Amino acid sequence: MAVTTPTRPAPAARPARPARSSFAPLNFWRSTIGKKTVMAVTGLLMLAFLLAHMLGNLKIFYGRDDFDHYADWLRTIGEPVLHGAWYLWIQRFVLTLAVVLHAVSAYQLSRRDLKARPAKYAHKQRAKAGYAVHVMRYGGITLALFIIYHILDFTSLTLNRHGVEGAAYDNVVSSFSVWWVTAIYILAMIFLGLHIQHGFWSAAQTLGLNRPSRDRAVHGIATGLAVLLTVGFLIVPVAVLAGLVG
Amino acid sequence: MKLTLRIWRQAGPADSGRMVAYEVPDANPDMSFLELLDVLNERLTLEGDDPVTFDHDCREGICGACGVVINGQAHGPRERTTTCQLHMREFSDGDVIDVEPWRSVAFGVVKDLMVDRSGLDRIIRAGGYVSVNTGSAPEAHATPVPKPIADTAFDNATCIGCGACVAACPNGSAMLFTSAKVTHLNSLPQGAPERSERVLNLVEAMDAEGFGGCTNTGECTNACPKGIPLDSIATLNREYLRASLGRK
Repeated sequence: MAVTTPTRPAPAARPARPARSSFAPLNFWRSTIGKKTVMAVTGLLMLAFLLAHMLGNLKIFYGRDDFDHYADWLRTIGEPVLHGAWYLWIQRFVLTLAVVLHAVSAYQLSRRDLKARPAKYAHKQRAKAGYAVHVMRYGGITLALFIIYHILDFTSLTLNRHGVEGAAYDNVVSSFSVWWVTAIYILAMIFLGLHIQHGFWSAAQTLGLNRPSRDRAVHGIATGLAVLLTVGFLIVPVAVLAGLVG
Repeated sequence: MKLTLRIWRQAGPADSGRMVAYEVPDANPDMSFLELLDVLNERLTLEGDDPVTFDHDCREGICGACGVVINGQAHGPRERTTTCQLHMREFSDGDVIDVEPWRSVAFGVVKDLMVDRSGLDRIIRAGGYVSVNTGSAPEAHATPVPKPIADTAFDNATCIGCGACVAACPNGSAMLFTSAKVTHLNSLPQGAPERSERVLNLVEAMDAEGFGGCTNTGECTNACPKGIPLDSIATLNREYLRASLGRK
């Protein structure tokens, strides 16, 4: 019998993929959308913490007693159900977990993304996306390094010039009186603002909350949060450096 | 029009490839971009050179076969226009135009400007359809579909699978393509019974091909000749979450 169609060539070798697991959360974590969902949820959790953190910082304008009392109160949240400072440690654990999951997802996704486009175009692409989009990866790494520095400065007090536990007000003033410490904070907070500006909208997109009718609102909230947190966090170090606090 | 084309020449998948400059002194503003390549290829053939390989079929902007990166933009500078519908009047006399193939690890270069886009076919095969016996068209009013949903489904059904989204994406991601299929079929009643299985299978197939992830840069929707909106990706994410939470 005549063969009218030529034999089809063997399909090209495809990248190996792990078989689908019967454990659904594992499949979710393995997928690109699953990892982005983890990034969105952990990102929003950190954002909620930052809002509370920023508002708490502003209490410094009520003076030393008020601020130190507030710092002390943070250690008593949940009492008497929770033992002293237990809430704080629970929060630290949850936030560390969020940072780690956010960073691991970002690292794994970035590696995949860079591998997916190894060859660049000879003619440079004219990017339509804004600056905030382009500094997500470097900005994220900068923020991770900043968080380590920030914890050594004000939590463990290792790098703090005053470094007296319980004297939150004086610790803050001693650090921000140094111009280059304030400069580091200004730089980090600008990166934070850029990260949130794209990150918040991106999280809403990943969680499937965006609709064309909501697009302007979500963009507006993202920019609003970015400006609010950057300005809110920077008021304190700038005020200290300007001599308005301390 | 006198134009200089700098075209990516690559003899085969194993070749490393390079940009080669060609003068086209007799370009006409009314030519399409593919016709310009035809003119160049005629001359190359007569001169005994190897003509430039590129994909093309309908040449009326609806098949998705053509597509090259022109001056760093997938399908060139004109919005919502495929390469075959791009005319040389968009360019000026004396221009130097860079022509490159789609770049993505999932799209290997076959030769010159032609890439292997079968990865997109394998995504479709994983569930980009409705499992029913086809026959004569059913009565249009038998299954009522609200107008806004019909419009959304139609807008997404206009995807021609050309791969411009992947080419434009800095991560070589096929999210816009996959999202068009999911939004099209999952929003219609005909696609509802396979809604969850479809999105899980399509995303699994997409990831298995080695496409990158979405970082919400929006380059894909800007490059799309059919204007598939970024909102479709939000729908894909929503459908994927819904299915992952075990909802049918």
